[in-house]
Amino acid sequence: MIIHHPLLGPRDSSEFVYLGDASLINRPDWQAEDATEAFYDYAYLRDNPAGEHRELWFHEGGDRSWLVVTRNTATHEISKVELARDVARAQGRSK
Amino acid sequence: MRYSGFKVIKEALTGHKGWTPAWREPEPKPHYDIVIIGGGGHGLSTAHYLSKVFGLRNVAVIEKGWIGGGNVGRNTTIIRSNYLLDGNEPFYEFSLKLWEGLEQDVNYNAMVSQRGIINLIHTDAQRDAFTRRGNAMILNGADAELLDAEQVRKEYPFLNFNDARFPIKGGLAQRRGGTVRHDAVAWGYARSADSHGVDIIQNCEVTGFRIENGKCLGVETSKGFIGAGKVGCAVAGNSGRVMGMAGMRLPIESHVLQAFVSEGLKPVLPGVITFGAGHFYVSQSDKGGLVFGGDIDGYNSYAQRGNLPVVEDVCEGGMALMPMIGRARLLRMWGGIMDMSMDGSPIIDRTGIDGLYFNGGWCYGGFKATPASGFCFAHLLAKDEPHPTATAYRFDRFRTGRMIDEKGMGNQPNLH
Repeated sequence: MIIHHPLLGPRDSSEFVYLGDASLINRPDWQAEDATEAFYDYAYLRDNPAGEHRELWFHEGGDRSWLVVTRNTATHEISKVELARDVARAQGRSK
Repeated sequence: MRYSGFKVIKEALTGHKGWTPAWREPEPKPHYDIVIIGGGGHGLSTAHYLSKVFGLRNVAVIEKGWIGGGNVGRNTTIIRSNYLLDGNEPFYEFSLKLWEGLEQDVNYNAMVSQRGIINLIHTDAQRDAFTRRGNAMILNGADAELLDAEQVRKEYPFLNFNDARFPIKGGLAQRRGGTVRHDAVAWGYARSADSHGVDIIQNCEVTGFRIENGKCLGVETSKGFIGAGKVGCAVAGNSGRVMGMAGMRLPIESHVLQAFVSEGLKPVLPGVITFGAGHFYVSQSDKGGLVFGGDIDGYNSYAQRGNLPVVEDVCEGGMALMPMIGRARLLRMWGGIMDMSMDGSPIIDRTGIDGLYFNGGWCYGGFKATPASGFCFAHLLAKDEPHPTATAYRFDRFRTGRMIDEKGMGNQPNLH
């Protein structure tokens, strides 16, 4: 698989380390009333779709940036690659 | 019809006119006591034990394609019970004992071959870990034997003992481990279940569940609604998809694992060996092909094919372990979809929905578990309580912190 890195262009997927579902960047609030439930959900439960999947890849053999890759799990086709930083900021995080 | 040597000779003398299909092709009845989704190894063995051991005959197995076409038809056929943790080892040892009696139990030649498995040791730390593991196995009634380098050399003289980076220092052997003809496992269980009255319905895809007031009443399928007192789901890599129809999210990711077969060779490998410094395991099939595999590809996938970086990694493992493998040509390679759980161990449990039961999360070790998985799932379905060897395989272990993490990798499925 070739991942089109937003800054570095096309890179082989073997340069990257895979973490999992992109929802992992949305860490729950540890002070919330339902924090126990929310962390159980966050840490252990997955949508695991057959089809389009947003997921986190770390460019370990490159610029060490985290990417959010949108990839089809049934065909391995990659349709979108974003910097995880930009995705998090768009959600109003780390301003 | 019972299969026997006498029957084979009789048929040979009478023109092979007396053989009948191994199982029927029934149309679904409107209602069953138990419906099992998934006609793979685990689903069919569940049906076998439900009907034969627990006496429940009004049972159906529904399968979207043909039986045995999933992971039971695409694995590296290894059986063993060399686990460390209390939640696992009794279960896998129970499974190995069932393998030992399988062919007589189902009256089918599954070519169970206890040719032994050796996990190679390359460092002092690994010897300590394997000694501990061997002791845990023995404490749970399994067999284990610690070998030094000379003992390994006697059995496998062609291994790369003096590799500068990964010298072989010994091995942990389990003599009762070995290989089984994987397709015959599915066929044997199917034939046995069918002979005890189980309906095996192929080309029947589940399209949804009928759930009312928190109770599962049956399944919607491509052949119409099938009512059920209880529904058991054993669909391996498709667990997330099928249970998603019941509104459940699982502690599971689906990943692709590749395996490989070389061209047929004269007998070279007497048993199963695993490389302890990388991830590589190999045995030789009775047809002569070297059957080997390594790590999962490492990313979520439902495509039954993998990518080249892992092919390279596996072949490097093979070359490091037994350089002569470089002279063999690759005949086939394929990928199967693994239901990778969050701690690397399976789940056999009730769900939050009354009448709906789940069996999955086998990661890439489901084949060796086939008999015990079926037995324990049948026990749960029949008696509504877990089998003593499967009490740890609960859904709520992630919530309560009672995880069974053999590799100590935490909640990252692609590292198990």
